[in-house]
Amino acid sequence: MSTTVLFDTPGPRARRRQLIGTVLGALVLLGLLAFVLARLNANGQLEGQRWAILFDTSTGVPQRLGEALLRTLQVAAVGMLFATLFGMLLAVGRLSDHRWVRIPVATVIEFFRAVPLLVLIFALYFVLPSYGIDLSAFAALTTGLVLYNSAVLAEIFRAGILSVDRGQREAGFAIGMRKTQVMTLILLPQAVRRMLPVLVAQLVVLLKDSSLGFIIGYFELLRQARSLVEFYNLGFGNTYTFQLYVGAALIYILVNVLLSWLARVVERRTRRSSKAAAAEDVELPADVQMGGGGGPA
Amino acid sequence: MQFFVDNFDLLKDAFLQTLSLSLLAGLLALVLGTLLAAMRVSPIAPLRWLATFYVETFRNTPLTVVFFFMIFGLPQIDFVIDFFTGAVLSVGLYTAAFVCEALRSGINAVAAGQVEAARAVGLTFGQTLREIVLPQAFRTVVPPLGNVWIAMVKNTSIAAGFSVTELSAVLPRLVNADAGDLTLVLVGVVAGYLIITLPSAFAVHRLERRVAILR
Amino acid sequence: MRIATRYAATLAAAAIALTACSSDAGDQAEDAAENTAEVNTDAEFEAGTTMAELNEAGSITIGTKFDQPGFGLLNPNTNTPEGFDVEIGKLIAAELGIEADDIEWTETVSANRESFIQNGNVNLVVATYTINDTRKQLVDFAGPYYEAGQDIMVAEGNPEGIEGPEDLAGKNVCSVEGSTPAENIRTNYPEAQLTLFDVYSKCADALRNGQVDAVTTDNVILTGLVEGGQGAFELVGNPFTEEPYGIGLALGDTEFRNWINDVLEEAFEDGRWADAWDRTAGAITGQEAPEPPSVDRY
Repeated sequence: MSTTVLFDTPGPRARRRQLIGTVLGALVLLGLLAFVLARLNANGQLEGQRWAILFDTSTGVPQRLGEALLRTLQVAAVGMLFATLFGMLLAVGRLSDHRWVRIPVATVIEFFRAVPLLVLIFALYFVLPSYGIDLSAFAALTTGLVLYNSAVLAEIFRAGILSVDRGQREAGFAIGMRKTQVMTLILLPQAVRRMLPVLVAQLVVLLKDSSLGFIIGYFELLRQARSLVEFYNLGFGNTYTFQLYVGAALIYILVNVLLSWLARVVERRTRRSSKAAAAEDVELPADVQMGGGGGPA
Repeated sequence: MQFFVDNFDLLKDAFLQTLSLSLLAGLLALVLGTLLAAMRVSPIAPLRWLATFYVETFRNTPLTVVFFFMIFGLPQIDFVIDFFTGAVLSVGLYTAAFVCEALRSGINAVAAGQVEAARAVGLTFGQTLREIVLPQAFRTVVPPLGNVWIAMVKNTSIAAGFSVTELSAVLPRLVNADAGDLTLVLVGVVAGYLIITLPSAFAVHRLERRVAILR
Repeated sequence: MRIATRYAATLAAAAIALTACSSDAGDQAEDAAENTAEVNTDAEFEAGTTMAELNEAGSITIGTKFDQPGFGLLNPNTNTPEGFDVEIGKLIAAELGIEADDIEWTETVSANRESFIQNGNVNLVVATYTINDTRKQLVDFAGPYYEAGQDIMVAEGNPEGIEGPEDLAGKNVCSVEGSTPAENIRTNYPEAQLTLFDVYSKCADALRNGQVDAVTTDNVILTGLVEGGQGAFELVGNPFTEEPYGIGLALGDTEFRNWINDVLEEAFEDGRWADAWDRTAGAITGQEAPEPPSVDRY
């Protein structure tokens, strides 16, 4: 935390008060933690043998969770790739000089941002088949992610393009470049570079949203965890239920925390390496970070 | 069209579910998020840690996973809640993290001079926050908070996967209808969300203009 | 990133704290039902039929459930489903000259079985699939190979005193989206409060947690769930419908349908059907194989 102006450098009395506050706060935290652990312990959820299932290859649990993680990452990667490409196209389209390009593109962007991602996925998975177009759960999930995220990324790219210094563009025209050349050679490369941390941050959002696959039965981490629970319930009741769920959730959180961290590293790199990247606001807006249909209506 | 009329009641009930889920979760998120934001800037370290931990955890957890824990995980440690309460808690707790982030950036945006002046006239940390910083912060955060609200309304759709019959859940339920009918229902569902989000966006826009502080 | 380290440290500590385990869970996973269906290597079919095509290809895609103990349940160790439906599928594949390892299993849930068949995602669906007139307009059915009936599962001791569907009025009943039992409750017992999930295992969880009062679907599915519940559930044991399970295939493929019916009748006769039951659903519930149903060549 950088310097805060909200409170003074504390004097002796304030320091004592703060110390008391700190101790009390820490005690409350510890108490809370102890309560949860006691509760878990009373249910026998902390027994090592129960958690061992997550690491015991003879049960097939680690292998299956590993594969499920790969499938989750695959959805996110494919989604991100296409969303980036379409997002760039849409951004350029929205900045077009021609009304007949600009207006339809803007409509498309606003539409996909306004519809909840899950509704989009439901439409692809449940409504399209009635028109004879059948998508697998994977296809419905990735297509939904691409449609929604390209709309979000389009707005991010647009902001990036607009934030490139006007002189750059003018200089491009001055040396006789055409509009397309200015866009592809001057503006886009700088915008993408500036937006790199945001792109990585958006990857976190995408990865989070890939968990919606659970709802349409795609075998991503959560669905896989459920399937494992279903199998082991047969012989052991819910002995391993909690452990398997926690295992799957921890994998999600771990991967996302790593990605968030990567986003921050990339951000610091870009900020240091180029003076152009003095863009002050490279963090995703809170509502976009929420996933599942962030962004204004 | 007949099909749409037949199922209008289902759609209407689903819409009301989405609306009440949104309002309750939104209230929870606002209260908890404000509390968290205050904790994040507080001089007491464990409170800051707790709030940071909370925000980072929820920011990196898919909402689906939060739901999953509320509905299937909590009962494993003997906390049983019904599906609607579970949905309100999931969406509310998740969104609180983002309300906190939006507010924090608002607090950071309040000019340092304001705070210094407050302290100079002898206000305590609590008073400074309550009387000076938060009222101003709330103004600058009207647009981001509004966007969080709209995103949250859309996020309530995830409750469909957890047995709450809100708007999105109508689609899989009527999946055996024929193409035209199903599409009509889809339009109805999308319209249901827009009925909430479009006026919200408009209201946020108006409010933003009214409360904006010129800097 | 401080948080990342904290998480990582916790996880590593947990892993170290665990001694290598010889879990019974591993045994359950390894105890996969072995395949006894003998592959008919010299099967010959008239050119142009679906049987010839599948025989030629040497592989088949079968849709089944992945979450139904005793009928189709995914084994994490082999990553293939096992159960009575799966054995029926293997039996048909064997007659087509296809090894069990060459069967591709796809998860079909109640809501997508018809579209999977219509779009050719699967060649067959063997997935506790009730034959009824509405579905007959969309797909063809071979069989039935089993007769089930809709029943009710309640918490152990039946605290709500539910004896039949009439007692469900005002109660919270769980079933699955797009299934016949759910439809039945909705039309014939509208006073029951329906809670719908995509798979039955979620219903079982909800019942265990007291979030619903009862789960209703076919008795055989419930029997599997009762077993999985380890004493938490019990079956009311008062079936109130007839649910003949059929094998779903593409509409109009009469040759294929007739051929599967022949295969089923043979298996009823020579004991392979009863054997499949004993090794799967029978092994779980301890029930003897019932009388095989008679095939309905509609």
